[in-house]
Amino acid sequence: MRKKLNSIEEGSLLLSGNEAVARGAWESGVHFAAAYPGTPSTEILEVIGEEYEEIDAQWAPNEKVGMEVIAGASFGGARVLTAMKHVGLNVAADPLFTLSYIGATGGIVIVSADDPGMHSSQNEQDNRLMGKAAKVVVLEPSNSQEAKDIVGEGLKISEDFDTPVLLRLTTRICHSKSMVKIGPRREVSIKGYVGDIKKRVPIPAHARLMHSRVEKRLEDISAWGSECTLNRIETGDPSLGIITSGISYQYVKEVSPEASVLKIGISNPLPWNLIEKFLSMVERVVFVEENEPYLEENIKARFLIQADGKNIIPIEGELNPEIVRNAVHPGTSKEITYSEIKLPPRPPALCPGCPHRGAFYCLSKLGGSSTGDIGCYTLGMMPPHNALETTVCMGASIGVLNGIEKAVGREGMGKLVAAIGESTFVHSGITGLIDMVYNGNTGTVMIMDNSLTAMTGGQQNPTTGKNLRGEPAPVLDLEKIVAACGVKHIAVVDPHDLKEMERILGEEMERDELSVIITRRPCIMTYRPKKISVAELDSEKCIGCGLCMKLGCPAISWDGEKPEISRLLCWPNCDMCVQVCPVGAISKDMEGLQ
Amino acid sequence: MKSVTNVIICGTGGQGILLASEVLCAAAAHAGNDVKKSEVHGMAQRGGSVSSHVRFGEKIFSPLVEKGSADLILAMEKMEALRWSPYLAPHGKLVSCDLKINPMTVNAGSAEYPDVDSVIKRENLPVKLVPAVEIAEKLGNLRVVNIVLIGAVSPHLPIDIVNWEKAIEERVPPKALEVNLEAFRKGRELFG
Repeated sequence: MRKKLNSIEEGSLLLSGNEAVARGAWESGVHFAAAYPGTPSTEILEVIGEEYEEIDAQWAPNEKVGMEVIAGASFGGARVLTAMKHVGLNVAADPLFTLSYIGATGGIVIVSADDPGMHSSQNEQDNRLMGKAAKVVVLEPSNSQEAKDIVGEGLKISEDFDTPVLLRLTTRICHSKSMVKIGPRREVSIKGYVGDIKKRVPIPAHARLMHSRVEKRLEDISAWGSECTLNRIETGDPSLGIITSGISYQYVKEVSPEASVLKIGISNPLPWNLIEKFLSMVERVVFVEENEPYLEENIKARFLIQADGKNIIPIEGELNPEIVRNAVHPGTSKEITYSEIKLPPRPPALCPGCPHRGAFYCLSKLGGSSTGDIGCYTLGMMPPHNALETTVCMGASIGVLNGIEKAVGREGMGKLVAAIGESTFVHSGITGLIDMVYNGNTGTVMIMDNSLTAMTGGQQNPTTGKNLRGEPAPVLDLEKIVAACGVKHIAVVDPHDLKEMERILGEEMERDELSVIITRRPCIMTYRPKKISVAELDSEKCIGCGLCMKLGCPAISWDGEKPEISRLLCWPNCDMCVQVCPVGAISKDMEGLQ
Repeated sequence: MKSVTNVIICGTGGQGILLASEVLCAAAAHAGNDVKKSEVHGMAQRGGSVSSHVRFGEKIFSPLVEKGSADLILAMEKMEALRWSPYLAPHGKLVSCDLKINPMTVNAGSAEYPDVDSVIKRENLPVKLVPAVEIAEKLGNLRVVNIVLIGAVSPHLPIDIVNWEKAIEERVPPKALEVNLEAFRKGRELFG
């Protein structure tokens, strides 16, 4: 049996950046952590929940609430951490910008996990810019060891300089593993809550004084940052000086081992004295950074230097060693022996057995579509369903449907509904629904309740009856919430029952009044198959009509004339293909599987 | 002696790629190497392409393998083997599970699954196809396909068998240990 990580106090472990941040929080005495899941940040709280019981940890309904709760815990003198994906920081920006003025009593580390390359995100925003706008300290580690250590350093900076600290990770830091030297937990006492109106109530008279302190704080940290080890010069060949941070540093060391390097660990405020020193040491300066020209613009504006940066390094997408090699040392790229082969892409799809499939199959069959949201069900946009037409941000499906009705009226809206998962609805869909009721909209909102925050890998939320640590928790009653918002027509349906799903969807789309359909069936990730059961095709009976292909099930492929059902992929407690076959050619033993 | 070994493990979501790369990393670490690995989670889990880069040696900087520099590619699905072939070094080896999983683009009729055998011939790819699914089926556990494949590539990597076995022991649940070790041995016998 594997030992829990909080029982291991020394040695080296191969840890992901996320695991390392969790470890760093534990070692440096963090008392409390709260977060809403979001790729690539999710594992930080998961690992704290699973491995480090000394930290009180919980899922928040959204990032703003998570930020507010850790703010309060810091006011109480506890060391705190919250984590979110980059767009989560937009949700939490309101508390962040003012928390910056208020400062930290117990140390505050806020993890922003950015996603260059958009592996699982809707934009590529660079939250170093958010940190600078909020006037908080921004830290950037370049591997797991630094990610672990920097949590402790960040908490100390936070307490010493009375500031929240933004720990900016990127997907390649979060989800890369490297060796980490670990240590024991160092307990820190909770200072206790002491009311301080001038410090924590930013009415204009107080806030003006706070702002002065913030500006002074930034100057102090910049000066200190030139002396500390988080920013460092690695002296090499003076003819090439590379300024870099985060994962880009590792690519630079890979392809330019001989160069002089200024490695920035504190991206805001920048260590001006150290930068000036580096610029005086080297001839050609190159900025190697992912996404925005953050270091480049700030340093060029301050020192008015000529340097290469975004003219040779792309602003879009992730960097990698090839890109950095071709940009910094053109003509030295590795020989490619085997050329690229043109192949069909392999996009993600709703899992075999996914309950969302039933809802989108019926919506598509009825000629309907949806304004969509953020979750697995965004995949309703894919063929063969093509039944989701917009995605903006968490909760936006409802507001967008509302707005389309404003623009084109009930008639113009046609068979458009809003599609939103239960976790996203709790995160920020409820206010949109209140707006629809308040302002007299007539659309249909489909809350796709699979009782799990699924796309991020399967986390608990207020509707699932469990907390972060898997302990029993009160269940938020969606029907009552929806009714309390003022919705008169509420239907609950199992989307795996295609006939009933289609009937209810058809009825509610026809209705002239606002309605909510809750499609309720647990995510397959929560179902432990009791036995193996696969759908069998009787190819004598099959007429090759292709209706089963309209389910878009990954387990069903088409050989040109007839379907084939994969024994490896078919999911035990799903028989949607049996339900859609018009000639009874597909059969499945479903006994004892529901 | 070459100081860094570059490996890519690829396939489709749900095939156990992450466990396979965990085992490889642990084995490489037990053999005294610096190790880094990198992969992307999230949407890729929903049946999309998944890949894991593993690098080990004396000192590793980048967690990503560069094109043209993989000593070994282990593919759990054969079209994915073709997708990653530009990463192979001139001397690189490519071992793939002899398994076809249609992407949704093929099921939806908007693309065709390639004739993998003829592409391998045309491009002169150094591919060895392994019947790992059949081997796992004979062992009575389809979930060990990934470990059969790890066994199959193990002779190509500078890691002793004791370190492989130790890595497997650490990474699989006790009740599944015996079948996983057997899967590893069956795979290793293929080219051993």
